[in-house]
Amino acid sequence: MTETANATAPSGSKPPLEQQPVLVINDLVKHFTVKGGPFQRQAGKVLAVDGVSFELARGETLGIVGESGCGKSTTARVLMRLMAPDSGEVMINGQQVDSPSGISVRDMRYLMQMVFQDSYASLNPRMTIEETIAFGPRAQGVPLAQARERARDILGRVGLDPNLFIRRYPHELSGGQRQRVNIARALALEPEIVILDEAVSALDKSVEAQVLNLLMDLKEQLNLTYIFISHDLNVVHYVSDRVLVMYLGKVVEIGSVEEIYSETAHPYTRALLSAMPSMDPGNRAEEPPISGDPPNPIDPPTGCRFHTRCAYAEGLCSKVEPSLHVVSNKPNHFSACHMNIPNSGHSAAPTGDAA
Amino acid sequence: MTMTQPKSIDAEGSGVDTAQVAIKSRSYWATVLERLRQDPVTITFGIILALIVLSAIFAPLLAPHDPAAASMIRRLKAIGTPGHLLGTDETGRDMLSRLLYGGRLSLFMGVAPVVNALIIGGILGVLAGFAGGWIGMLIMRTMDVFYAFPSVLLAIAISGALGAGIENAVLSLTIVFIPPIARISESVTTQVRSLDYVEAARASGARTFTIIRAHVLPNVLGPIFIYATSLISVSIILASGLSFLGLGVRPPEAEWGLMLNTLRQAIYVNPYLAALPGVMIFITSLSFNLLSDGLRSAMDIRL
Repeated sequence: MTETANATAPSGSKPPLEQQPVLVINDLVKHFTVKGGPFQRQAGKVLAVDGVSFELARGETLGIVGESGCGKSTTARVLMRLMAPDSGEVMINGQQVDSPSGISVRDMRYLMQMVFQDSYASLNPRMTIEETIAFGPRAQGVPLAQARERARDILGRVGLDPNLFIRRYPHELSGGQRQRVNIARALALEPEIVILDEAVSALDKSVEAQVLNLLMDLKEQLNLTYIFISHDLNVVHYVSDRVLVMYLGKVVEIGSVEEIYSETAHPYTRALLSAMPSMDPGNRAEEPPISGDPPNPIDPPTGCRFHTRCAYAEGLCSKVEPSLHVVSNKPNHFSACHMNIPNSGHSAAPTGDAA
Repeated sequence: MTMTQPKSIDAEGSGVDTAQVAIKSRSYWATVLERLRQDPVTITFGIILALIVLSAIFAPLLAPHDPAAASMIRRLKAIGTPGHLLGTDETGRDMLSRLLYGGRLSLFMGVAPVVNALIIGGILGVLAGFAGGWIGMLIMRTMDVFYAFPSVLLAIAISGALGAGIENAVLSLTIVFIPPIARISESVTTQVRSLDYVEAARASGARTFTIIRAHVLPNVLGPIFIYATSLISVSIILASGLSFLGLGVRPPEAEWGLMLNTLRQAIYVNPYLAALPGVMIFITSLSFNLLSDGLRSAMDIRL
C-alpha cells in the first residue's frame, strides 16, 4: 500500500500543529468472534472493522456513511475505546493512544468525545441534567462548583436555558432537548474531536435540522472537529467536508463531499447515492440501484467484498482485493476498486502509465 | 468562555416548554411517592405493617403481663377472658403479651436474614453482572448450586447441621436467600450495564467504581430492594417453620412460629387461640407482600 489514504502521515520534520492531522487512524481492526456449536467453540469471526485507515484534519467534518452493519458504529466505539481494537494504531495530536510513549486512554477522552444515537438510553433517568453534564468533568477531577458552572455554561450554548433545565430529569424533556443535553454532556469535557454516532437520526426532521445547525454553530464557536456517522446521505452531504464510505468493515471510498457526490468513483458509492429517493417525480428510479442484502459479515466474499452485488464485477474482483488507490489525479480522493487501479487487469481499468 | 447565549427556549418545542415551565420539576422519588399515595391497598397494608412493627418495638410498654409468667390455674383461657384479652396459652401465659413480644423475634427473623442476603447477594450479583465474563460465570454458577435444593429443605439442613438457636437460624436463612437476590441483581445489572448512559460515562473517562456508584447502583437498587421486600414474608414463614421444628428459637422465648408449635396440642381444646400466632404470621407476610407489590408498580415508571 503505497498510495493509501494515510500516505501523507507526517514523517521526519513535523508540520505546525494546525496543519498536522488531529487524528490519524492506521489499519484499525476489530473482529468479533461468534461462538456456536455444542461446546461454544469459535464458529466464525465478524470482521466488523477490517483495516480502516483515515486521517482527520483539524476543524473538518468527516462524514462516515454505509449500510447497517458496515462497521460505522464499531469504528466509533473502538475509537472511543469503549471496546479495545484487535490491532491498528490511533494517533491523536501526533500521540499514539494507549502506548507507553503516547497518550493514555483516559487522557485521550479529554480530547475526543462521543454523542450517542439513542437520546433516551444515553441519559441516566435518576440524574438531573446538571448532574449528567457535570459528571464527566467531575470524573476528570474538576471541582464540583466549577463543574456545575461549566454545565450551566454549556447548557446555554446548546440552546437550553440553564435556569429552566438544570434541575430537570430526562423524562421531562423532549427528544430534541435530550439530544441537546447529550451534546452538552460530550462538550462538557471540552474535547477537540466529537464523534457523532447517528446523533440526529432518531429525531424528527424539523428537530433534526435545528440540532444540525446547532452542531455547526458549536463547531464554529469551539473549533471542533467532527466525525459524523450517519446513514442519511442528505444529512452527510449537508454537514461534511469530506466523506468516507464503508462497506463490510472496509473503507471503499474517501474524498471531499463534491468528489464523493458528483465524481463518484466506486460502484458501491454510486449505488448508495442512487438509492437516495429523488424529490423529482420525473426523475424516478427505473431499476433498483443495488440488489440484495449485504453479504454475511461472518463470511465476507473473497477479493473485493462488493463483487457479489457489483454490476461491473469480473473474474479478477472475486480473487484479488483492491486497495485504496488515488482516483485520477485528485490527491485526496481514494477508491478501492479495480476499475480505478491502473493495469489492475479489470477491463475498465485505466492502462498505461501509473497514476 | 465568552457566552453567546442562543435563544433560551428552542422553537422545536416552545409550546411544550412553556407548558413545562409551570410544572415544578419533580424528582423520581417524588413521583413514586405521588403514585403510592393513589394506591389505597398499599397504603392500608403499609399502615398495618407499621402498626405491627411499632407494637413489637413498644411491646414492653403495651404488654399487660409478663410474657413468661406462667400460671397453671389459668391455662388455655378463651379469647376475651377478663384480664387476658386474647386468652392464655397452654402454660397460662398471657397471649396478647406473648404475641406482642413474639413479633419482635419474628420480625427480626424476617428482616435480618434478608438484609444480610441483600448485602452479600447484592454485591455478588452486581459484581457478576457488571464484570460479566468468567467472574460473572463463576459467581452465578456457584449460586446455581444452591438452587438445586428446595429452600425449606436447605434452611432445615443448614440449621440442623449448625444446631438450634437464633444466630444459626439467621445464618441458614441468609444462605438460602443469597442466591435468588444475587440472581435478580445480576440480571438487572446486566441490563443497565449495556445502556448508553453507562457507555457514555465510560467514554467520559470515569473510573469503574464511580460508574457503578453513580450510574449502575441507583438504577438497580430499586428492583433488587423490591424483590428483597417480598422475601421478608418468606423469611418469617421459614423462620417460623424452623422454630416449629425446634431448630430456631427455643422455649420459653416468645416467637410466633414457636407459639404455633407449642399450641398445636391445644387445637382441639381452643382452636381460635391456637390459630392466633398463625394469623399474625399471615397478616405480617401478606402486608410485606402487598407492600412490595405496591412499591413495584409505583416505581415502575416508564421514563
